[in-house]
Amino acid sequence: MNELLKKSATEQSKALKNKEISAVELTTEALTRTKSLEDKLGAFNSFTEETALNTAKKVDEKIAKGEELPLLAGIPLVLKDNMNLKGSKTTASSKILENFVSPYNATITDKLLTNMVPIIGKANLDEFAMGSSNENSAFKKVHNPWNLNKVPGGSSGGSAASVAACDATLALGSDTGGSIRLPASFCGIVGMKPTYGRVSRYGLIAFASSLDQIGPFSRTVEDAANLLEVISGHDEKDSTSLDIPVEHFAGHLNDDIKGKKVGVIKDLMAEGVTDDVAKAIENAIDTYKKLGCEIVEISLPKLKYSIGIYYILATAECSSNLARFDGVRYGYRTSNPENLMDLYTRTRAEGFGPEVKRRIMLGTYALSSGYYDAYYKKAQQMRALVTQDFVETFKNVDILISPTCPNTAFDLGAKSSDPLAMYLTDIATISANLAGIPAMSIPAGFDKDGMPIGLQILAPQLQESSLFNFAHKFEQEHDFYKTLANI
Amino acid sequence: MENLRDKYEVVIGLEVHAQLKTKSKIFAPDSTEFGQEPNSLTCPITLGMPGVLPVLNKECVNMGILTGLALHCTIPHRCKFDRKQYFYPDLPKGYQISQYDEPICVNGYIDINGKRIGITRAHLEEDAGKLVHAGANGIAGSTYSLVDLNRAGTPLLEIVSEPDMRSPEEARNYMEELRSIVRYVGVCDGNLEEGSMRCDANISIMPKGSKEFGTRAEIKNLNSFAALEKALEFEIDRQIEIVEEGGEVVQETRLWDEGMKETMTMRGKEDAHDYRYFPEPDLMPLEISDEWVEKIRATMPELPRAKRERYMGLGLSEYDANIIVEQMGLALFFDKVLTLGANPKTAVNFIMGEISAYLKEQHCEISDTKLTPENLAELLDLIEKKTISNNIGKQIIFDMLKDGTSATKIVEAKGLSQITDESALKDIAQKVVDNNASQVEAYRGGKNQLFGFFVGQVMKETKGRANPQAVNKILKEILG
Repeated sequence: MNELLKKSATEQSKALKNKEISAVELTTEALTRTKSLEDKLGAFNSFTEETALNTAKKVDEKIAKGEELPLLAGIPLVLKDNMNLKGSKTTASSKILENFVSPYNATITDKLLTNMVPIIGKANLDEFAMGSSNENSAFKKVHNPWNLNKVPGGSSGGSAASVAACDATLALGSDTGGSIRLPASFCGIVGMKPTYGRVSRYGLIAFASSLDQIGPFSRTVEDAANLLEVISGHDEKDSTSLDIPVEHFAGHLNDDIKGKKVGVIKDLMAEGVTDDVAKAIENAIDTYKKLGCEIVEISLPKLKYSIGIYYILATAECSSNLARFDGVRYGYRTSNPENLMDLYTRTRAEGFGPEVKRRIMLGTYALSSGYYDAYYKKAQQMRALVTQDFVETFKNVDILISPTCPNTAFDLGAKSSDPLAMYLTDIATISANLAGIPAMSIPAGFDKDGMPIGLQILAPQLQESSLFNFAHKFEQEHDFYKTLANI
Repeated sequence: MENLRDKYEVVIGLEVHAQLKTKSKIFAPDSTEFGQEPNSLTCPITLGMPGVLPVLNKECVNMGILTGLALHCTIPHRCKFDRKQYFYPDLPKGYQISQYDEPICVNGYIDINGKRIGITRAHLEEDAGKLVHAGANGIAGSTYSLVDLNRAGTPLLEIVSEPDMRSPEEARNYMEELRSIVRYVGVCDGNLEEGSMRCDANISIMPKGSKEFGTRAEIKNLNSFAALEKALEFEIDRQIEIVEEGGEVVQETRLWDEGMKETMTMRGKEDAHDYRYFPEPDLMPLEISDEWVEKIRATMPELPRAKRERYMGLGLSEYDANIIVEQMGLALFFDKVLTLGANPKTAVNFIMGEISAYLKEQHCEISDTKLTPENLAELLDLIEKKTISNNIGKQIIFDMLKDGTSATKIVEAKGLSQITDESALKDIAQKVVDNNASQVEAYRGGKNQLFGFFVGQVMKETKGRANPQAVNKILKEILG
C-alpha cells in the first residue's frame, strides 16, 4: 500500500502539486487497494474506474500546464450509492434498482466533477439508507475495518468503512437520522451532516425529504470542511436548498474558542451509555475546559420524543417517496404479472427488503385517513417543539456535545432481529435532523476492545464554520485521528 | 317523469380542470406541446426518476392568480402543495402534487343570468400522463397498455364550485361562462373535446323545500356541453326513480357513456381511494404578496361579462352581444374594427350576417379567413360615405373573406361605386318608364305597390350601383 493513501486530502493535494505523485497514480493506488479489500469489507456496490481515471487525467493535464487546481482536485472519493452518477449504476443497495443505470447527474456529482474529484466507486449502504448497521443492503453486509466481525454503522456504512480503511480519502454520505455520524463514530473517522438546505438534494434518492442531507466523510476535520465547501451552495433544482453564499468553512479552523460556552447534553449522558463512551466524553469535556471553554450542563426535555417523532415523519415521507418504484418505467419488474395490481404487489414484494417494507407500512399507516391527525400532524407539531428547544438552548451556548452513540460498534447480527433496539442506536443523532441543524461526529478515543468512540458536536443552523472550529481544536489536542484501522 | 321532477329540487356542483397554457410543465422544464411523439417531452423529473425534485413554474402561479381574480376569488398570502397518493401507471411518482387545504384561490363566484354561483376554491396541480390500451377497443379486453408521459406534469387549475346550481341548464351556463372567462384571460384553450378543459359533476336530489341535500353521485367523462347537460338530465331521472321506488341513492362515482347515453357505476364509496394527503416536503410553501397580486391584476383583460355590457351599450341586442362574446376570435376582431372608427351597428350587421354565415358554411374561425379588421373597417367606411351601397358591400365582403382584397380595390376594379349623379339617374329612370308603359298605366291607376318594380328595374340597369334614395326621388318625380 502506498503510504500516501493514509494521508489527509490536504497532504495528498500538496503531493500532487509537488509532483510527488500524479493524480492518475494516486487514483490507481486507491482503486487497487479498494479492490483488494472488497472481499473483506463489502464496502462497494460498484467501481467507477473509468470516470475516476478520466478525471485524474484532467488533473494531471492541469498540473502539467502549471495551472491552479480546484479544491480537492485529484483526491479519490467514494459516492454513497444513493447518489446519481450519469451512466453508472445507482442502486440504493436495493434489488428494485439492482440494474438501474442513472440517466443524469446529481448536483453534488456535477460539483465534484467540476472540481475534478475522481469518483472511484459507489459505496454500499442500508437499502434506501434505512438502517443503522449496514446489514440491510440487498447485496452484502459491510464490515467494520477495525474489526471485521463488527458492523460499520449505517446507513452510510460503505462510505465510512472505505475512508476508515484508507482506500478512499473522502466519501459522501447522506444523513436522515444519523446515517453519516453513526458510521463515522463506529469507524473512527470524521462525518458531518450540514444544515438542512446547505447541500442540494437533487439527485439523492430520497428517503425522507425533509430530513435528508448529504455530507462529507474524511479522516480530518479540515478535509471535511473543504469537501463541504465543494458540494454546498444554492441549487435552482432543489427548492429546499438555501439561497446563501458558499463559505470557506476551513477558514476558521484555528479560531480561538477561549471563553466560548460548550453545552453538554445531559439527557444523552445518562441511561444506556457505556462506561468507555462516558469516559471519552468526560475526556472531551476536559479538553474543552483546557482550551478555555466554559462547560454548561444542558437539558433538552423534548429530546426523548425524538425517536418517536422521527419514525412517524421519516416513514411517512418514505412511504410516499418510494411509491415511484412500481416496476412500470425502470428498475426491477416481476415476471409475468397477471394484471396491474399483480404487477405492483409482486414487484414491490420481491424488490424491497424487510426493513424497507416495514417502514413503508408504518408510514402508510401514519398517513391514513383517520390517523393523520393522531400521528403525522402531532409529530410535526412535536418536531417544531424540538427545534424550538435547540433555538432556546443555543441562546446560551455556542455548541452542544454528546456521544454520537451510547455504544461502540456492535457485532454483526447482534441487533438485526430487534428493530426497536436498532432504532435506539440513533437516539443521539436524530434530533439534529428534526431541527435541521449541523452536527458532526469526530474520533474521541477507543473502548477497551479498541473500537472507536465518536464525539458528536452540534451547532446552530448555518454555523458550520463554528462547528468545524470546535471539532478541529479538539482533534489537534489528541492523536485519535492519527490512529488508523489496521487492515 | 316530467311532473315527478316538480317534486324534487336538483343540486349540482362542478369540478372543472383547466389546463394552463404555459410553455413548460408545472414542475419540470419539459414543453407542454400537444401531439408530439409519445414520451418525447419527458426529462428525469417528469419520468419520476430516483432522486429528482420538483421546481415550481412561476408562470402557473401567475395564471392561477389571474384566473382567481377573474372569478372574484381571494388570493391568500400563503398557499402550499401536497401529495395526493395513489398508484396508476400514468402517474410516474405514485403521487400527484396538488394543493389540499391551502389552495391558491378561495371564495369566488360567477354571475350567470342574474344568479350568483359560488366558487369554493381553485388549486394548482399537475396532470397525469396518458394510457393507450392495446389489443382491444377499450380497457376491457386489452392485452397490454402503453404509457405516454408527455402530458404528465402539464399544469392544471382545478376550479371547484359550490353546490349552487339547480338545473342542468344552469350547470351548462356556468360551465360556458367559466370557459369563456379562462379563454378571455388567456390561461386555457377551453377545449372540452380535446380535454384542455375537463368537468366532473356532483349531483343530488332532494324533496322541494328540503334543506338537507340528498346523497350525491359524481359524474365523470363529460366531454362536451351537450354531454354535461344530457348526463345530468339522465342522472336526475335515475335518482328520482330510485327515491320514488323507496330506494336510496348511493354515493359513488359514475361514468357518462356517450354511446349509450347513460351514466353507469365506475366505483363505489368503499372503493374510494384514501389519498393519504400530506404536505409536499420538496416544495416550500408559496408566499404571495399583495404587490404580486396587484401586478397580475393590472394585466387583466376585459372579461366576457363586461364586454357584453359594453356591446349592449353600443346598441347591440343582448342576443347579438352574447353571440359575439361567445366567439372570442370574433369579439376581438369586432373590437379591432371598432377602434378603427367603424360604426358599431353597421359592423355588427356584417359580422352577424354575411361573415357569420360564411364562417358557419366554411366551418372556420375568423382568423382562418383572409379578412382583416382594417379591410372591414375600410368597407364600412365606403358604405358610410355612400361610395358604395350597403348591398354592394354585402356582395364584395365574400371576396374579401376569400382572398383578402381591399374593398377599394374591388370597387375600382369592378366599377361598383354608387351613381349619385341625378342627371345620369334621370336618364335611366326615364328609359325604364318609357319601356314599361303598361306598368306605368297600372301604377297611375292606383297600383302603388308597383313602385318597387320601377326601383328594381333601375337597380338592374345600374347593376345595383344607383343610390336608392336618389332613385326613389327621381321616380316619384317622373311617375307623378
